[in-house]
Amino acid sequence: MTIGKSQQEEMYRRMFRIRRFEQEGTRLYTAGQIPGAYHASIGQEATIVGACMALRKDDAVTGTHRSHGHPIGKGADLKPLMAELMGKETGVCKGRGGSMHLADYSVGIIGESAIVGGGIPLATGVGLSAKVRCIDTVCLCFFGDGAVNQGTFHESLNMAALWKLPVIYLCENNGYAITTSVASSHGQPNIAKRAEGYGMPGLAVDGQDVNAVYTVTSEAVARARAGEGPTLIEAKTYRFDEHQVGLVISGTPYRSAEEVRDQQTHRDPLALYRETLLSQGFSESELGEIENEVEIAVKDAIRFAQEGRLPDPNGLYDYMFSNPILYPRVDLP
Amino acid sequence: MANAAVQKQDTSYVSMTYLDAIVQAQVEEIERDKRVILMGEDIAVYGSGDLVERFGPDRIWAMPISEASFTGVGIGAAIGGLRPIVDLNIASFMYLASDQIINQASKLRFMTAGMIKVPVVFRVCMFYGAAIAAQHSDRPYSLFMNVPGLKIISPTSPADAKGLLKSAVRDDDPVLFFEDSKLWTTKEEVPTDPDYLVPIGQAKINRSGGDVTVVAISGAMRPALEAANELAQEKIFVEVIDPRTLKPLDMETIIKSVAKTGRLVLVENAHRMVNASSEIAAIMVEEAFESLKRPIIRLTAPDVHVPFSPVLEKAMYPQKQQIIAAVRKLLS
Repeated sequence: MTIGKSQQEEMYRRMFRIRRFEQEGTRLYTAGQIPGAYHASIGQEATIVGACMALRKDDAVTGTHRSHGHPIGKGADLKPLMAELMGKETGVCKGRGGSMHLADYSVGIIGESAIVGGGIPLATGVGLSAKVRCIDTVCLCFFGDGAVNQGTFHESLNMAALWKLPVIYLCENNGYAITTSVASSHGQPNIAKRAEGYGMPGLAVDGQDVNAVYTVTSEAVARARAGEGPTLIEAKTYRFDEHQVGLVISGTPYRSAEEVRDQQTHRDPLALYRETLLSQGFSESELGEIENEVEIAVKDAIRFAQEGRLPDPNGLYDYMFSNPILYPRVDLP
Repeated sequence: MANAAVQKQDTSYVSMTYLDAIVQAQVEEIERDKRVILMGEDIAVYGSGDLVERFGPDRIWAMPISEASFTGVGIGAAIGGLRPIVDLNIASFMYLASDQIINQASKLRFMTAGMIKVPVVFRVCMFYGAAIAAQHSDRPYSLFMNVPGLKIISPTSPADAKGLLKSAVRDDDPVLFFEDSKLWTTKEEVPTDPDYLVPIGQAKINRSGGDVTVVAISGAMRPALEAANELAQEKIFVEVIDPRTLKPLDMETIIKSVAKTGRLVLVENAHRMVNASSEIAAIMVEEAFESLKRPIIRLTAPDVHVPFSPVLEKAMYPQKQQIIAAVRKLLS
């Protein structure tokens, strides 16, 4: 599959946007400007962007607690995302979702579920909806290697295959469910192979190679749009940071420092793609221009977030229901 | 507030059962709005009036035994633009589906500040008193009353079943529709108007009276009305209220009634600890304590699982005689 120059630029731009957004977010989180928990997508950019670039704007996406990369990969504005991390009213979910739930509906994200495996049935339902409504949109469902062991994975893939729903199940296999490795928790560690049991194609791909992810996802999207049903894609990727920024896990390390260093040195998806682009004729200045543009966008996002207003505590009861109903409101004395 | 059902002047009526009214409401909504679909186990075969033949498999979806996920498929389909009725069949199966109902359906609108709406109806039937033992006999609505973001309805009459189910389908939020198998055979005149709607959140006074207020929930309505009829022969007039919606609760109707009677009996078939009656009693004490001439009496199932043997189960749920005794106690 040939990938045009503007598409390659856009892939690099989006990957770099995720990287810099996460680096700055981590810094602000550590500085106490972002409350809650922070799960960074650093190391997983090629998987996210390769998959999202294979979609149309009107295609839907469901994601996970590691939710920052998905909307950026789908093309979201960084400002409301950063504001959401800070719990601001100007955030994409007006401060009601936060770091684990950056669901930007304007780019098709219909949910970032922090319950592992919780988004898999939702994506399947969005696929069912497209089939009933006879429209050709697809839904791409991100989940991790840990979610593969949830019952919702089994039940949903069975239904999607049974009814040939337009869903792409994309496993971001970063090797670890917090500290539990795939090897120690999967009877069949080759996750793509599980597809066969459900009667759908299953493909493993190098998740650090954005072109490879883009290519297999594009093929899966084409099948889904043509009514030929779902695909399971296992993208083998790696999480460079701890499960959660600042998380201290005592006892025997679940992964070695050498392993992490080796991945960061030899398997950094951004460095790999930069090399690829340079070898294909992109100039340093072309890439530098994209990088500068992203730096400015991230800075603008931080300023927008910092300057944004906090939610009014009187708005606690907002967004519970679509229509006004008799609902007891209790103000504490 | 009472008898606030939206009724057209020229509406005609036809006699039908509670179960037939539910089926009719579903058929009318599927006919009215092409976004309405029905999902559930065995629905192609059981109790749904040849729906697959009438509407086709794209509207009537027969589910595999995957409650935890087809519940979420319904939620996803709602987000994607449909208005699914997800038939979970037996209420005890809700426990398998509860993560999707609680963590997704009830929360997504709130967590996305209204960007995402989830117009889905979960139909669940409470079967009990039928010797099907503890794992098929629960009345779990009170568990879900503790979840913000859900609307919960529990009609006791055929007309209300029709009108409330139709309101639920047309509502933009997730609604749990608890039906009671003890009421399936109840018959009454039901409006034929396909736009007959009963508003969510409004109680109904089923029988007026000035001596004691009896609030009866779901399947407890039958013995409550029987008790009221019997007491009326002795000139004891009980006001019988059906909340119809458990969330949001129409406390105004109940508080107004107790302002008149000063006495309150709460009757339901759910387990005693933290049930709907607990909440009604708590709000009464907080908001209208001065209206109460006597302590509130709660008649409920005990904090014991439903046994298999009919001899044991028969003693589980409040009967007419216990309701009569409670009313007499408050008047003594």
